[in-house]
Amino acid sequence: MLKEGQIRIPSGCAISGIIDKKGNRFTGDVIMKSIALMHDRSNGLGGGFAAYGIYPQYKDLFALHIFYDNTSIKAQTEEFIEKHFEIESAGDIPTTPVEGITNKPLIWRYFVTPRTYLVRDGFMDENEFTSRCIIKINADYKGAYVFSSGKNMGAFKGVGFPEDIGKFFMLENYEAYFWSAHGRFPTNTPGWWGGAHPFTMLNWSVVHNGEISSYDANRRFVEMFGYKCTLQTDTEVITYLFDLLVRKHGIPIEKAMKIMTAPFWDDIDRESEDVKKELKSLRAVYANALVNGPFSIVLGCENGMIALNDRIKLRSMVAAEKGSKTFVASEESAIRIICPDPDRVWSPRGGEPVIAFLEGAQK
Amino acid sequence: MSVNFTTPLFKVERDENKCIQCRVCEKQCSNKVHSYDAEDDVMRAKDQDCVNCHRCVLLCPTGALIIKKYPNEFRENANWNGQAISEIYKQADTGTVLLTSMGNPKPFTIYWDKMLLNASQVTNPSIDPLREPMETRVLIGRKPDKLEYNAKGELVTEIPPQIELNVPIMFSAMSYGSISRNAHESLARAATELGICYNTGEGGLNRDFYKYGKNTIVQVASGRFGVNKEYLNAGAAIEIKIGQGAKPGIGGHLPGRKVGEDVSATRMIPIGSDAISPAPHHDIYSIEDLRQLIYSLKEVSGYKKPVFVKIAAVHNAAAIASGIARAGADVIVVDGFRGGTGAAPLRVRDNVGIPIELALASIDERLRQEGIRNQISLVIAGSVRNSADIVKAIALGADAVYIGSAALLAIGCHMCMSCATGKCNWGIATQEPELVKRLNPDIMYKRLVNLISAWNHEIQEIIGGMGINAIDSLRGNRLMLRGIGLTNKELEILGIHHAGE
Repeated sequence: MLKEGQIRIPSGCAISGIIDKKGNRFTGDVIMKSIALMHDRSNGLGGGFAAYGIYPQYKDLFALHIFYDNTSIKAQTEEFIEKHFEIESAGDIPTTPVEGITNKPLIWRYFVTPRTYLVRDGFMDENEFTSRCIIKINADYKGAYVFSSGKNMGAFKGVGFPEDIGKFFMLENYEAYFWSAHGRFPTNTPGWWGGAHPFTMLNWSVVHNGEISSYDANRRFVEMFGYKCTLQTDTEVITYLFDLLVRKHGIPIEKAMKIMTAPFWDDIDRESEDVKKELKSLRAVYANALVNGPFSIVLGCENGMIALNDRIKLRSMVAAEKGSKTFVASEESAIRIICPDPDRVWSPRGGEPVIAFLEGAQK
Repeated sequence: MSVNFTTPLFKVERDENKCIQCRVCEKQCSNKVHSYDAEDDVMRAKDQDCVNCHRCVLLCPTGALIIKKYPNEFRENANWNGQAISEIYKQADTGTVLLTSMGNPKPFTIYWDKMLLNASQVTNPSIDPLREPMETRVLIGRKPDKLEYNAKGELVTEIPPQIELNVPIMFSAMSYGSISRNAHESLARAATELGICYNTGEGGLNRDFYKYGKNTIVQVASGRFGVNKEYLNAGAAIEIKIGQGAKPGIGGHLPGRKVGEDVSATRMIPIGSDAISPAPHHDIYSIEDLRQLIYSLKEVSGYKKPVFVKIAAVHNAAAIASGIARAGADVIVVDGFRGGTGAAPLRVRDNVGIPIELALASIDERLRQEGIRNQISLVIAGSVRNSADIVKAIALGADAVYIGSAALLAIGCHMCMSCATGKCNWGIATQEPELVKRLNPDIMYKRLVNLISAWNHEIQEIIGGMGINAIDSLRGNRLMLRGIGLTNKELEILGIHHAGE
């Protein structure tokens, strides 16, 4: 059977996200409880988490989480990493045996800084340099897969139900101010660890429920800008779209939303001339970055959490607030199980983002 | 008369029981096929002059006429078939180049028909265009590689001029001269009502039609007929025609007998003079010359109008398209070898150029590899026959399509491939006043509106079925296509998987 990256596999899913906007950190039990409630929305073929604020001691270093199929590819990949980065610390990511979690790859973690002279040589900043290195490893080092590469954040994922994956990685031992989680229901997969969600690139992480019908249009668009969609998943291409629009092109994040879930032309036509001109420019220049088909996503970035539905809300997504916390989940029950009396619960409209940024963060 | 060895192509069959000798057929036929034989009190037909345009068949009040393929056969021979033999006779008789009209009719692979579309099932809901918004609007023109915002979060990039099309369809260039005034009026009015564009072709723009300028693309071809500053500013865009799918590498020739008073004024040439478009533009012998013309046209139009460059789909189309993009064109138009024409040398039409599907796929891919596909619009033509062809074209990577033959069919063309004779019985490809007035623009523009509206409904239905609600998400979305009965090489060029994969 072909694995992710060799074939495109659509999947349905459950997602959940919790952020404390004051930056207070809390352990992974909470998000595990939320995603576990939506057990039936996954089928045991993939689960994962993204956690922000977990590596305060290394907050200025890129944390690379890598799956290896075997030790020989590990040695080759480490040679590449060594050449391009200074490695501050390296070791395997602690795990514990959990029933139902089998075939685990080698799971390693490195805290690294790009080698300054290489960054300078390439006329790049360190983010661009690091992202190119990751794309290179994922495309060219068969059997190695970088599944997390941000600073002070990390993804944890694998094949299994999400709550089991959480136990496997012992997430109760990590403290983050923002957690997102994903339970996967792929229609057809041999179960490859790299194919589980979240998908990440630098500090971006995306968990996604849906199947985007614009996939190939989006893929071919981002690939023009040097990305390589090695996984052929929606989540991967959505992450790259955000990275391209916000990091590379410097588009404000709320405008990036207007690109990916563009307002309808009929609505644009009703706007004032100035607004119309801007929206039209966004749609004209970034037409192929419009994401179509059913999706709800929870996007993580340095500033916090953004949740977004497709333009006509073809996937469920509920949001809630309680004190400094904002919750989003595929089902309201997944919020109520961890927050029985929220201050406010609502169903965001299609294309209307829920933006929950850390206090003081720039939108 | 000596025998010239040729036999008719068609046979006129008249049901004598039905014929009432009203002589409508005789009056209607510009080829003078029908005549009344008073001596024998019978209607006669000269089969050899019939082009099978169906005018008499459809206008016969009693339905007495049928046109059939002429039953006379040559001895069976897979190599020397009837057509091959007849063409020899014709050239031996006349000593001339064989002339023909409309697009390549040979049985080459039609790749549109070898591609199948996707639809949503279970994992992804299809979208019902009757209940949900379904967007087919496209913006044609050059786009910057990215937009820039200032520190205050204000957009600072000004995007170059764009044409807005409500449907990703335009009417191809067909000059006033090659087609009639009434045909032009029908196209112009339909484009206006539909919120799309029609193209003047290379024959200038009749003053009466300046009012449709917002929906007009004015063409500049090698003959520069009717080109002046006012003309260049009269439309929504300017198109430089380098080549045409039906006759790549060949110029044009409008015979003097089609150049009447009005055509003469519009083309700015003397009445009755032949209008000959040279094969190349004599100021474009290289890509850098093209750049100069593009910018001359931008200068004269104040950088307010996109400049299109149209080429025929030839072997090296991908590299040429890339050059055109880099030369500053805003829109590349590629016309496939099935594209129609008012007149073309038969050998050229049937043997030069490549299928638009393959050209489109390779151009789109090449421009993406070079990272410039997003900066330019790509319009294809030659031969788009229905809404499914359009959906496939856009999925392969086109922004919009031009239709020519299909538009003419909508206003009565019967594909008799005899436009060059100037005797079009349907009032389309003719300048003879008696024939032109047969085409009523008040009726015909509505037929065009109907056709495009019907196709738009179908496009919406098909993309909705794929779970897509904006045509933007179809563009270049090749996963929506699967090949059927194609070789690995063909699949590779088209950039698609085979059905079942």
